Amino acid sequence: MLRLLEIEFHKLRYSKASKILIITYFVLLTCIALFASIKFDIGPIKFHLAELGIFNFPYVWHFNTFVAGLLKFFLLLVIVSMVSNEYSNKTIKQNLIDGLSKKEFILSKFYTVIAFSLISTVFVFIVSLILGLIYSSYKEPSIIFSDLEYLIAFFIKLVGFFSFGLFLGVLIKRSAFAVATMIVLFFVEFISYAIVSGYNRGTDVADNIYQFLPFKSLWNLIDEPGSRLSAVQAVAQQVGEDLAYDYAVHWYEIAIVLGWTALFIFLSYRLLKKRDL
Amino acid sequence: MDTILTINNLTKKFGYLTAVKDLSFTINKGNVYGILGPNGSGKSTTLGIVLNVVNKTSGDFSWFDGNTTTHDALKKVGAIIERPNFYPYMSAYQNLKLVCKIKGVDFSKVDEKLELVGLLDRKDSKFQTYSLGMKQRLAIASALLNDPEILILDEPTNGLDPQGIHQIRTLIKQIASNGTTILLASHLLDEVEKVCSHVVVLRKGEKLYSGRVDEMISSHGFFELKAEKQSELIQVLEADANFSSVKTEGELITAFLNQPMDASVFNKLMFDKGITLSHLVKRKESLEEQFLKLTNNQ
Repeated sequence: MLRLLEIEFHKLRYSKASKILIITYFVLLTCIALFASIKFDIGPIKFHLAELGIFNFPYVWHFNTFVAGLLKFFLLLVIVSMVSNEYSNKTIKQNLIDGLSKKEFILSKFYTVIAFSLISTVFVFIVSLILGLIYSSYKEPSIIFSDLEYLIAFFIKLVGFFSFGLFLGVLIKRSAFAVATMIVLFFVEFISYAIVSGYNRGTDVADNIYQFLPFKSLWNLIDEPGSRLSAVQAVAQQVGEDLAYDYAVHWYEIAIVLGWTALFIFLSYRLLKKRDL
Repeated sequence: MDTILTINNLTKKFGYLTAVKDLSFTINKGNVYGILGPNGSGKSTTLGIVLNVVNKTSGDFSWFDGNTTTHDALKKVGAIIERPNFYPYMSAYQNLKLVCKIKGVDFSKVDEKLELVGLLDRKDSKFQTYSLGMKQRLAIASALLNDPEILILDEPTNGLDPQGIHQIRTLIKQIASNGTTILLASHLLDEVEKVCSHVVVLRKGEKLYSGRVDEMISSHGFFELKAEKQSELIQVLEADANFSSVKTEGELITAFLNQPMDASVFNKLMFDKGITLSHLVKRKESLEEQFLKLTNNQ
């Protein structure tokens, strides 16, 4: 396993484009900290985001994993191009001739996906911990280390999403087309979801079906955190709206995403095995 | 003799097209083999199958003693097929280091092999800045990193200038003289004739000939003759049972031999019959003529 990771790391580390994307991604992750400095001070309206409680433990785990989840697109480009470039440079053929088996080839990519996800998770953990320690109103260890399941959900979300990208890279062999296909699939799922839920207003039909589809299942892992803020809830209560959402990370949500991940990796392997290069 | 590769009844179909048809041959240790055939005759497909990048339709092949999996066998094989494929953004040294990691070879081999192909002074240049000849030499260096038992080369001189072709051929001969078995696919006849000891001739995926190169040229050769008494010469030749046929083109007479005959013996024979020759050359048919005969007659 280490050998395969080392091979993949060697390929990535000399590629300028990948390096820039990876650095951008981590810089942007760090930029979550900049939310803390968002401050409006226009006469009577005083607004300081950090004081709204977004960095309160344990809420910070939810908020930061959600925001960091939006940035995963940068790493997706790295994943997709690291697969499709092997096709366009024909190095995949040479790799196989040099003695890498098809299984090892897919595994080396998958291990890289896991490594990227793990590093991102640890990174988000550290950034959130620091922000929390600075701004949180509660600093008891029992509160700090509660709700950590959001980090697990974040890790699974990244692994699932990147595995999807990996599969499309193997399937389509061109990075631009693979990314475009992913965007098209996203809109197909999103628009059809809107239509289905439009026809079934007031019921859970759309949600019950779409929780099994790739993008919705990834989205479900970490629910939107905005409405959980005490400030937002207070406003909602005043206008008589009940925002009692279920924010928890559920085991079946994780299971669905893991199912997709396994399917994507298996299909990538099958595809590579059956294809003549 | 140790067997390196055995191919039995190998067939590959791309849809309706049969690229390789029922092909069988064996590669033994220590020889230089050529796979000869015009473009599209199934050479690269055959190599692709044994190198595990193309899936076979039927038949089988086995590496070494037959108990090695293809995956393990490939670690003892060095191969380049078609164009040299490397990561354009990496230097030669970085590219070869990656191959070392894949093959599980020590990094110290990198400089050694770069020196062998004469690229040591350019080892830190990016691959994309290399000329085609340099890329091809780098590919050979890469294939040699694990000191392979067999080196497989597919059209190694394709697209190179005469100097590049010469460099690659010298390199191949040098490698062969060290005892490495070589399998060379080519559509260039003189290349196979110059470099190989054994040859497999393919046409449209079918094997036409396999065996030693010198046995493929099975005829006893022919004489090219000129003489002042041309009509007498033709008469004598046609009466002689040693010759199978006689052709006349202007002044030049070509007489094909039935059995071995030395030029000096023939010269004396003519002199005894009162015919003085102004031109006498004994030649063998080239591999090219044999090859064209083989590929056209079927």
